[in-house]
Amino acid sequence: MIEVKDLSKKYGSFQALDKVSFKVEKGEVVGFLGPNGAGKTTTMRILTGYFPPTSGVVKIGGYNILEDSLAIRKMIGYLPENNPIYLDMDVEDFLKFIASLKNVAKEKKPKHLKKIIEVCGLDEVKRSRIKSLSKGYKQRVGIAQALIGDPEYLIMDEPTIGLDPKQIIEIRELIKNLGKEKTIILSTHILPEVSVTCSRVIIISRGKIVAEDTPDNLENKVSGVAKVLLTIKGPGDSIKTILTGIDGVINVNILKMHQGDLIDIEVESQKNIDVRSKLAQVVVGNNWHLLEMRREVLGLEEIFLKLTTKE
Amino acid sequence: MKNILTIAYKELRSYFTSPIAYVVFVLFLILCGYFFSAILFVTKEASLTGVAYNMIITLLFLIPLITMKLFAEEKKLGTLEILMTKPVKDFEVVLGKFFAALSLFGLMLLSTLVYVLILFKYGNPDIGPIITSYIGVFMCGMAFIALGIFASTLTENQIISAVIGFSFVLLLWILNWLAGYVGESMQNLLNYLALSTHLDDFIKGVVDIKNLSYYLSFVVFWLFASIKAIEVRKWK
Repeated sequence: MIEVKDLSKKYGSFQALDKVSFKVEKGEVVGFLGPNGAGKTTTMRILTGYFPPTSGVVKIGGYNILEDSLAIRKMIGYLPENNPIYLDMDVEDFLKFIASLKNVAKEKKPKHLKKIIEVCGLDEVKRSRIKSLSKGYKQRVGIAQALIGDPEYLIMDEPTIGLDPKQIIEIRELIKNLGKEKTIILSTHILPEVSVTCSRVIIISRGKIVAEDTPDNLENKVSGVAKVLLTIKGPGDSIKTILTGIDGVINVNILKMHQGDLIDIEVESQKNIDVRSKLAQVVVGNNWHLLEMRREVLGLEEIFLKLTTKE
Repeated sequence: MKNILTIAYKELRSYFTSPIAYVVFVLFLILCGYFFSAILFVTKEASLTGVAYNMIITLLFLIPLITMKLFAEEKKLGTLEILMTKPVKDFEVVLGKFFAALSLFGLMLLSTLVYVLILFKYGNPDIGPIITSYIGVFMCGMAFIALGIFASTLTENQIISAVIGFSFVLLLWILNWLAGYVGESMQNLLNYLALSTHLDDFIKGVVDIKNLSYYLSFVVFWLFASIKAIEVRKWK
């Protein structure tokens, strides 16, 4: 379990983190979401013992990062931001080097490395100089080094940044599979990533946690009203007044009038009332034609924007 | 201990995957070869005294080129973050890199033993001063390396690291130049602190514990400073 309490970090007078607290239970995949400069990387560097916090407590697996940094570093696999790796080494030598530092027993090493090379799909490039690899392969090397020593905890700073769409899907798939047996914290500013890979999201902005929940719950929390989008064929002017009269409807907006009396309408209703069946009845009852009706789901993008641009 | 060896081995290998080691090695051998033959022709004397002095001056320039990348490159590439978040202690990283540079330097020095063989084949040299000269040059080079490593921790630019390393080494080498113009206590201090004054005895054939301990404490001091310098990230 990862426990973070009142974590603060100051760089000179700049407050990078301000009393951040959260918990990550064993087996969770938690997404750290925030705009650039929000404090994601700072948090991860503190968690991995790269530098200490200005104040606050970090406990990982029961150890305190200030007192037992080495013990924690043994349990953690870390992919730092921008994936720094030794470009002049070849893939296998690099992984062997990391395995030695991670105290992988000599007799287990070949088998362990073979498995990781296989999982990360590095078999065909294992004798190549890292410098000569494509960005996608470099990223996989970075993930591979984080997996060495079979760490209980994986901390990954923007694991899919700079990859092409196919590679992104592959890496996400990989993370998903890893999440079955490991505790993972990953940071990103790409939103779909969290909804695909994470069981929980922590949104951080300007050094503070602004929201923390499952992707689904976040959606409900943030949106104050439910929205239904309709496409109706009927007389524009009267529709609005009639629909506004339905119980629970707060507001009706006409979005667009198409040719041939086709109208796109947005209906806002109270969050806890589902007005869709009523809407359908009313439309049909008035002899209009109902061409389309769907509930609008507030995307993570909107949640994110709402939360991080409050002030 | 295992971590020190792991890091030293990795660094030593990386010397030979980049051109730096080859360039430094080859230029060192060319220069030393020239010193050896030129001095031998002029003095017609089967000794290494002149060569040892010239060798150490060459090393004054070349050793900062060996040490410049050790931390500067890690800082530039960001790999220090990979390294320092592994279960290794800071001093293990510094010592690992130190031993890597020391091994490369040792290899360079070993390859000059061929001159000794030549002297023995064609002359009748006194073996004592030759051995102590080698000890002296090795100790002095080791001191250069420690200082060079410290210079490398200060910057992420390898050229700046080399320039700082070289300037510091040179300054400490000639620190005693002013000794004749200052008061007696100051004179003793400058003479003691200068890197060059401790080499003379070795080249004359004397191994003095005082000189050995000077070089060793010089090494320990700068390695300690290097450990503190890479810890700076923790204080910010």
